[in-house]
Amino acid sequence: MNAIDNKWIGKRTIRPDGADKVTGRAGYSADHSMPGMIWGRVLRSPHPHAVIRGIDTSKAEALPGVKAVVTAKDIVDFPLDKSVMLGIQDMRWMCRNIMAREKALFHGHPVAAVAAISEEVAEAACKLIEVDYEVLPHVIEIEDAIKPDAPILHDFVRHEGKPSNIATTMVNKLGDVDAGFAQADLIIERSFKTRPVHQGYIEPHACTVSHAADGKVTIWSSSQGQFMVRAMTSLLTGIPQSNIRAIPAEIGGGFGAKTIIYLEPVAVMLAKKSGRPVKMVMSRDEVFRATGPTSGSMSTVKIGVKKDGSIVAAQGTFYLQAGGLPGSPLRGPVGCSFSPYNIENVLSVGYDVVSNRSKVAAYRAPGAPLGAYATECVLDEIAEKLGMDKLELRLKNTAKPGGKTVYGATFGQITFKETVEAIKNHPHYTAPLDKNPSKGVVRGRGVASGFWFNAGGESSAQVNLTEDGNVTVTTGHPDVGGSRASIANVTAELLGIDHSRISVLIGDTSSIGFSNLTGGSRVTFASAMVVTQSTEKVIGQLKERAAKIWKIDPEAVIWDNGEARPAGPNAGQFPPLTLKELAAKANEMGGPIGAGVQLNTTGADPGFATHCVDVEVDVDLGIVRVLRYTAAQDVGRALHPSYVEGQIQGGVVQGIGWALSEEYLYNAKGQLDNASFLDYRMPVCSDVPMIEPIMLEIPNPKHPQGVRGVGEAPIVPPLAAIANAIHDALGKRFYSLPMSPPKVLEVIDAR
Amino acid sequence: MAKLHVTTTINGEPTEFLCDPSQSMLDVLRNTLGLTGSKEGCGTGDCGACSITLDGRLTCSCLVLAAEVGGHEINTIEGMAQGDELHPLQQKFLEMAALQCGICTPGVLMAARALLEKNPDPTETEVRFWLAGNLCRCTGYDKIVRAVLETAAEMRSAA
Amino acid sequence: MTDIRYLAPPTLDEAVSAFAAAQGAARILAGGTDLLVQMRNGMARPGTIIDIKKIPEMTSVTESADGGFWVGAAVSGAALAEHPRFGKVWPGVLEAINLIGSTQVQGRASPGGNLCHGSPAADSVPAMVAAGAVVTIAGPNGRRTMPVEAFPAGPGRTNLAAGEILVGFTLPARPAGSGDAYLRMIPRTEMDIAVVGVGVSLTMAGGVVAAARVGLGAAAPTVLLVPDAARALVGSKLDDAALNAAAAACSAACKPIDDKRGTIVYRTKVAAVLLKRAAAIAADRAQGKA
Repeated sequence: MNAIDNKWIGKRTIRPDGADKVTGRAGYSADHSMPGMIWGRVLRSPHPHAVIRGIDTSKAEALPGVKAVVTAKDIVDFPLDKSVMLGIQDMRWMCRNIMAREKALFHGHPVAAVAAISEEVAEAACKLIEVDYEVLPHVIEIEDAIKPDAPILHDFVRHEGKPSNIATTMVNKLGDVDAGFAQADLIIERSFKTRPVHQGYIEPHACTVSHAADGKVTIWSSSQGQFMVRAMTSLLTGIPQSNIRAIPAEIGGGFGAKTIIYLEPVAVMLAKKSGRPVKMVMSRDEVFRATGPTSGSMSTVKIGVKKDGSIVAAQGTFYLQAGGLPGSPLRGPVGCSFSPYNIENVLSVGYDVVSNRSKVAAYRAPGAPLGAYATECVLDEIAEKLGMDKLELRLKNTAKPGGKTVYGATFGQITFKETVEAIKNHPHYTAPLDKNPSKGVVRGRGVASGFWFNAGGESSAQVNLTEDGNVTVTTGHPDVGGSRASIANVTAELLGIDHSRISVLIGDTSSIGFSNLTGGSRVTFASAMVVTQSTEKVIGQLKERAAKIWKIDPEAVIWDNGEARPAGPNAGQFPPLTLKELAAKANEMGGPIGAGVQLNTTGADPGFATHCVDVEVDVDLGIVRVLRYTAAQDVGRALHPSYVEGQIQGGVVQGIGWALSEEYLYNAKGQLDNASFLDYRMPVCSDVPMIEPIMLEIPNPKHPQGVRGVGEAPIVPPLAAIANAIHDALGKRFYSLPMSPPKVLEVIDAR
Repeated sequence: MAKLHVTTTINGEPTEFLCDPSQSMLDVLRNTLGLTGSKEGCGTGDCGACSITLDGRLTCSCLVLAAEVGGHEINTIEGMAQGDELHPLQQKFLEMAALQCGICTPGVLMAARALLEKNPDPTETEVRFWLAGNLCRCTGYDKIVRAVLETAAEMRSAA
Repeated sequence: MTDIRYLAPPTLDEAVSAFAAAQGAARILAGGTDLLVQMRNGMARPGTIIDIKKIPEMTSVTESADGGFWVGAAVSGAALAEHPRFGKVWPGVLEAINLIGSTQVQGRASPGGNLCHGSPAADSVPAMVAAGAVVTIAGPNGRRTMPVEAFPAGPGRTNLAAGEILVGFTLPARPAGSGDAYLRMIPRTEMDIAVVGVGVSLTMAGGVVAAARVGLGAAAPTVLLVPDAARALVGSKLDDAALNAAAAACSAACKPIDDKRGTIVYRTKVAAVLLKRAAAIAADRAQGKA
């Protein structure tokens, strides 16, 4: 498709869900109510680690206004000896995460839930539940959890034959690293630490649930996948999927964390027991304490290069915090850290370490940022030691088409080099930087790159003509950042009609075919693909109807600019039939017009990003501020450029928070000490500059519009880019995040 | 427990409601009056998603007791558009894609409107500091700040 | 479930009576930006809430004939910022009050609430201490006053006696050549609690410091007046030696804790840095340079 000819694709149209969102009408998770609805609250463990010997709920049940109480015995038990997977989630861990079973594994772990006539009554009833805990020693940090004498969380976890907190090991290998390092002229090996960070969506988890007398369940909740909500709720309650309708509310941010559920199965069981619709809304404190975050990490990366800068071997060891139950995103650092580069010998090993923290959830390119942080900082040091330009070092080693990745895939098209060159030639990188603008202030510039797999997977769409000749498009993907706008552009383009005539909706689990999660940077890629195929079918039907009206062969009809026309003079002389005219005649000419496609999409090639950042350091206070930020990424084709830019800008600012100010802080009692937006320091508006995105549009040949996933790669480079910029400013390297003022001042004062 | 009877004005409409003395205005807006456009992101005044104006002054409705608002004037996001005519900020936010998930948007719009009423020609820095109490996790703030500046420029030239 | 009463008395006398009658079960409501958070997280469960915003004395800002100011305890930061004169005379006090929370919080939060919250990190308090503000307190036994630095008793505690209410602040008249400033260190640019805060008020004559007061926040169990730092500045031209001596005095006065917001080492260093910077700004203001 030629971009110049496009009327809608690539245009900054107004999103279909926009007016509702700027007027407060859009219905998010907590905005739904039902007649007769009661409120659910969760009782949470005050201990980070304790055996639950018994739970007495009788006093709570006796409190006036209480309608139901639920504990782990109301949730389906998945025995520990047999894994039951839903996607990447193991139900053994999910059932224990939503309601503690044998043990409370973190401070804030749900142990019971109450539904009552008001939140206050439910809260009061929770306090009346008596839990008999046997408090156990707890362990929070990775280095403590892997010590031989560490408190063991799970008796069934074995590492190298012994009880351990290392739940799983992932090894990816390419070539022979020992032989590779033997050829190296320079080897740099460094260790790094990162803290768990929360996804930080502004909308707390919430749901409203009805369990009707006939056993039919309706769930209103926001998530990154209504089909995931249905499937997980079904597994955890034992109610068949056909009896559950999950309605996707508008989602107020997820960033990966809403690819799992916390409340829905509990609310369903409360609704079933009470016979009343139940609403549950988490407080911000509960969100921080008991949902997400992503893993903290301890990594060691070793890279060997020849004098000319070519990388001959790379080795990475990544310990990731899983929280109280297994499931760190090992694949992120293990698979992504070295993948932008053409390296013959790679050994990449990940360890999944449990400790008494909340169970991690996916966060934007899960695990990849902490791997890239280590790798890209080591590369920065190598370039410095070799006296080489930092981007030249990357250009020299870019992965090649046909190259094999450490995680097993073989590269097709590769667009990494283009992102490096885009930064190299950008006025930001070439502009001089005044490194000491005033007394006590120093500045520096840093670069880093990043990689994310991207994903295809299952998607469904339905495109229908309305009787009055307009179009509705339904997909099965919650829209986290403007995907409906992209879909409207694609449909308008293909049909050749005005954008305003298309309405794009997200179907519930009973009205559209199975669609996998909004995650993995897959939604625009996959849904544009199924919408394209559905629309093409609709166009086929329109041509058939015109052919029928004209009594000519359907092959002799073309669809052009919103109209059916005879393919040429030989086909006959007929005035064109518009979509509106064909819709009006639809029923008499064969019935309603519409088509759906359900597909397991493939062809989502990886995403690459290269970033450049300028920082300023107040050397007396240790404060680092970002002055300028430029992010280059291959986006394939930007169906709606504003929302593509938005993904890049948002990902970068999350990365800035991760690098400079965000962290989970635990006190000596094993309790999260900063479970609020006040003390969990996400960037505020005045903390950051404008973020300049460079969208490289190199069409993905495996996609009808050339789309490549965009959402996740932007959070991969910032941690290292900022660390490298601070090094450029101060001449000091940092090996742990966040680079908060006390830490920065400590390093400055060490000179 | 006796509920309090409160008479107030919300978005220009005389409004009465009953509330518990400890209930927040946000709770009453959302759960008593059905005005769910104001969002609860934290309940502690740290995110700005519940921003309203009280007698024209920007505030977090989670930090106001419903009992306090008797005789005062409240404006919420639901009153920002005049019928089908969006406020210039609302229109500009749509045109410039200054929202992604949209959960912070009602609060950001209320805050931005309060800014432009006070300062029709803010600098980028002034916009950023004024909006520092409105957390947004999706956009990185770039398009929000641009949309506010652009609206201010258009409103000035139209005035 | 709860049996809370909400009262909004129109006079101070009625507020004092109601507060005393509640026998410790009442809480005063000014802006509510601390109280509502405490009620939400269960730290406060008042039986009676006494809203003082209908009491004119507590919501007014007035300049006296001699140039002093009365600031009612419940005046919001935003209202104070709109006063035509206050920010010109006490720019440091105003900037400190306007650092409390977001724009939204500014619409409600008051210096009285900030002081009564008892936090050693309260932004307005070091500036008020530096300004030499005096607080007026009303109780069952009548009115009394005390210097603002004598008001806090420890983290979350004040020297208010049972039944007493903070009515407001009196700021003294300013001699010519005076200026003040408040600086705090926070990791972000906004929305944080001060890791350290320093308020400095100076009167300059012929380029020499004639009078000085220094307030130090978030560095000890209460906000401190630091007389040693002030003494180091008085008589100097704010040369490096004097600033270093004052900064050292500020660090010496620190008795901080390690917590989630900062470390002992960091707070002690930062107190010195902020003293120097705040003194420079106050001096510029005193000499009409800023």
